[in-house]
Amino acid sequence: MLAEKDHFKEILIKGIWKENPVAYQVLGICSALAVTVKMSTAIVMGIALTIVTAFSSLIISSMRKHIPSNIRIIVELAVIASLVIVTDQILKAFLYDISKQLSIFVGLIITNCIVLGRAESFALANPPADSFVDGVANGIGYSLILVCVAFIRELLGSGKILGFNVIPGFLVDMGYQNMGLMVLAPGAFFIIGLLVWLKNNLPGVSHEEN
Amino acid sequence: MVDHLSLFINSVFIGNILLAYFLGMCSFIAVSKNVETATGLGFAVIFVLTVTSPVNWLIYHGLLAPGALAWAGFPDLDLSFLKYITFIAVIAAIVQAVEMIIDRYSPLLYVTLGVFLPLIAVNCAILGTSLFMVERNYTFMESVIFGAGSGTGWMLAIVSMAAIRNKLKYADCPRGLEGFGITMIVAGLMAMTFMMFSGITL
Repeated sequence: MLAEKDHFKEILIKGIWKENPVAYQVLGICSALAVTVKMSTAIVMGIALTIVTAFSSLIISSMRKHIPSNIRIIVELAVIASLVIVTDQILKAFLYDISKQLSIFVGLIITNCIVLGRAESFALANPPADSFVDGVANGIGYSLILVCVAFIRELLGSGKILGFNVIPGFLVDMGYQNMGLMVLAPGAFFIIGLLVWLKNNLPGVSHEEN
Repeated sequence: MVDHLSLFINSVFIGNILLAYFLGMCSFIAVSKNVETATGLGFAVIFVLTVTSPVNWLIYHGLLAPGALAWAGFPDLDLSFLKYITFIAVIAAIVQAVEMIIDRYSPLLYVTLGVFLPLIAVNCAILGTSLFMVERNYTFMESVIFGAGSGTGWMLAIVSMAAIRNKLKYADCPRGLEGFGITMIVAGLMAMTFMMFSGITL
């Protein structure tokens, strides 16, 4: 039992930190950039992706012995697309404003390379429980980067954290200005680039192969 | 006609699908290592986008949109929630068909484009364009032009990125920033240049 626990822990650490899908495997950056103007959208997107990845890994892994290998992509896409439809409907029902702001990016979870990448590289070769944990771990790893980027962008770009003003009034009086660049597309690229740089220079992290 | 031209220019430059909406980033980073492959993939994306966007338009407005099935006696039926699974199936099928047609009629083109075609099925730019087309209520003609324009914009971005990365090989990057990190920062600078087009109105 103990060995089992360690085993899951290892998969978790691998997905969240050591082989973080965004920073290490360069997967799923499309949405990582697009939904990070505000923290609230980033958190919702992270949760949605974690749920979809976890359950798609679970389902695909439990069917792995029955899927013929030449049509596996379409089977995987069908599973993922169905899960995304459910997620989208739930978001529309309970978090309508945020689902409007996320616009097409919820739908784009289908083609998010993390989900398909985990299905291809992990779920097809491992038992369901492991795959589920792996999906959760990668989802959390993705959300972590998303929330970091969103935190920096929201703080510097609009002076807010989760929608609350955090820049003290006297600074604004003294001529403090929000950094408009952070709200726009280039800001997201710069922040991801710099975060990767930071991460590569931290100890205990495997380097990207060149 | 003027509207269509401005929609095209808009989707190539101002609303560049890659640099302004971040779609198709994965293959943008993975395949932009040399100019020839980037050009090949770029043409494949233009082609697939120009075909899938109008086909998905027909399917959406003919079958899925609210009230589209009125002719079959279901005026209240709204199947638009099925659009994700339908679009991705259409895209995968078209990519497969295109691959077979090219293989049959132009082996030379197949050799250059063939390896990229399966990749395109899961490129977010393709699905994203179809979803944008629904969200922005384009007409049929506009969906063709939007598809072609987005593809051209994507190709422009990936080819210039490949050219820049070619030069970057000889640059002296700080340790840890080589590879992915510097690519993202260059993409950011490119996005800034593309933003300058936004002052242009047609």
